[in-house]
Amino acid sequence: MALAPAGPPSNLELPLDVAGLAAMARQNRLDAARMFMVAGNGHFGSCFSCAEIVTVLYFAAMRVDPLRPDWPDRDRFILGKGHAAPALYSGLIRRGFIPEGWIDEYEARVGARLMTHPSRRYQPGVDASQGALGHGLSIGVGMALDARLAGRDCVTYVLMGDGETNEGSVWEAAASAAKFRLGNLVGIVDCNGLSVDGRLAEVMPMEPFADKWRAFGWNVIRLDGHDLPALVEALQPPRRDDGPPTVVLADTVKGKGVSFMEDVRAWHADAITAEQYARVVAELGASP
Amino acid sequence: MSPLRTSAMIASIAPEGARTVAAPFGHALVALAAGRPEIVGMTADLARYTDLHIFAEAHPDRFYQMGMAEQLLFGAAAGLAREGFVPFATTYGVFASRRAYDFIYMAIAEERLDVKIACALPGLTTGYGPSHQATDDLAIFRSVPGLVVIDPCDALEIEQATAAIAAHRGPVYMRLLRGKVPLVLDRYDYRFELGRAAELRPGNDVLFVSTGLLTMRALEAAERLEADGIGAAVLHVSTIKPLDTQTILDAVGASGRLVVVAENHSVIGGLGEAVAAALLSQGVRCDFRHIGLPDAFLDAGALPTLHDRYGISTDAIVARVKSWL
Repeated sequence: MALAPAGPPSNLELPLDVAGLAAMARQNRLDAARMFMVAGNGHFGSCFSCAEIVTVLYFAAMRVDPLRPDWPDRDRFILGKGHAAPALYSGLIRRGFIPEGWIDEYEARVGARLMTHPSRRYQPGVDASQGALGHGLSIGVGMALDARLAGRDCVTYVLMGDGETNEGSVWEAAASAAKFRLGNLVGIVDCNGLSVDGRLAEVMPMEPFADKWRAFGWNVIRLDGHDLPALVEALQPPRRDDGPPTVVLADTVKGKGVSFMEDVRAWHADAITAEQYARVVAELGASP
Repeated sequence: MSPLRTSAMIASIAPEGARTVAAPFGHALVALAAGRPEIVGMTADLARYTDLHIFAEAHPDRFYQMGMAEQLLFGAAAGLAREGFVPFATTYGVFASRRAYDFIYMAIAEERLDVKIACALPGLTTGYGPSHQATDDLAIFRSVPGLVVIDPCDALEIEQATAAIAAHRGPVYMRLLRGKVPLVLDRYDYRFELGRAAELRPGNDVLFVSTGLLTMRALEAAERLEADGIGAAVLHVSTIKPLDTQTILDAVGASGRLVVVAENHSVIGGLGEAVAAALLSQGVRCDFRHIGLPDAFLDAGALPTLHDRYGISTDAIVARVKSWL
């Protein structure tokens, strides 16, 4: 197994068109499922709801260079909902940051380089170690401020869970991003409507969600988080902008793409059998 | 591909075939609350992973779901406690200690309010990595004046401790083992008493001074050592603060036994340093060793492997103790 990435696949022509993005989003779910099969369990629902979002970021929006993961002019991506790390890992693998072979050691042994939450200690291309919810947007504010100070035209993207926005720290960051007019900061909320204890509408309702963000001074785009053309359009912010920050509220289905996982709370994280894995692969439209 | 069943989420601390009790905290709290209408349950989107869902189902009128907001959880618990309620507030140890510390310190502890903080995933009981491993919670909470800190060992002790901390007036932090929790202490003549350490078994060569999960391991290690002709006593210290200094001093005394403090926590700031300080300040000298987690951000992975790697599995403990004799 290669220890260092060889760069992007030679046949990868960016940005991908909608058909290419659709195939890549399917690959994203298959990669995550394979990691979970190696581990025996995983956060299926949380990964599958954001497969299109992560795919559009890495293959039709972000300016990154897999051969230079710390390139100062790259766009940044913070996975605030760090438990969806396999969706991010797939993006990094298919974009050429890390070797595909790492999938088969996912959590499989101590010292495996891919684990439940993203870590800068182990994974090139990860812009912030995550795992404790509510950190991402604050870190993003700092990165966006840094880009402005350094005169770089890069964009910082932060993907949060909708449950994560229960955390007060998210709103502290939201207020500051408006104050500093961080037009180079894009928040994305994966609105799948479910958290650990149940439906977010019951655990802690956040609606009227768009109004809250607007009241905090953000430009709000609400869309179907599985609609690839809509995501492509929404995730291209003007660079070097000093206007308001943008938040994309992406309405999604937790567990999207697998019938027995869709909108089922228990699939936030669960164990999987070989039979279930075969069904996942079959439903995602590929052979095991 | 076959599932390895070894991953971070398979986080059972019960060895294969061990006797377990399901959700001892949740069931104990339900039983207790039946006769104590002032007891309320609160959580930050982690009822299911702190066994508080049992309470929520039994007493929905006294359950408050605060959402994923730990500072709110403990602030609101303080508010309820000031009005005479006794909130049992649950989340993971990392979030209570790291995120909500200021709220616990000022809103709860400074006013000595009757809030019971019960937190899952103590020490190394999850393979999810540093964001979820509360390897520093004892260090953090020991430094809160007047906060009682306990680290129960098994299902039996969790049941008894839940009732005991409800009877105690003042704030308490309890490390919580949840899900299928091993049952160990019913084989010993033991009953949980807040603030009291207890010798679970005698032994002439080694004295384990242990707490929480590591008492379970120390008992297993002592049996193995006995088979090799090494007598190992186990002094279980489930109340970390206030520390039962007298019982520890009496046990260490002038026995000449190798003293091994064992805890499911960083070697910084937990039981080991507390015991060492107590011994030194009383002029007691002994051959002292410390089994705890390293001062490091720990790896993710399967628990049994992690416990071996970081020296808190029974095998690792036996090997280390033998190397020290």
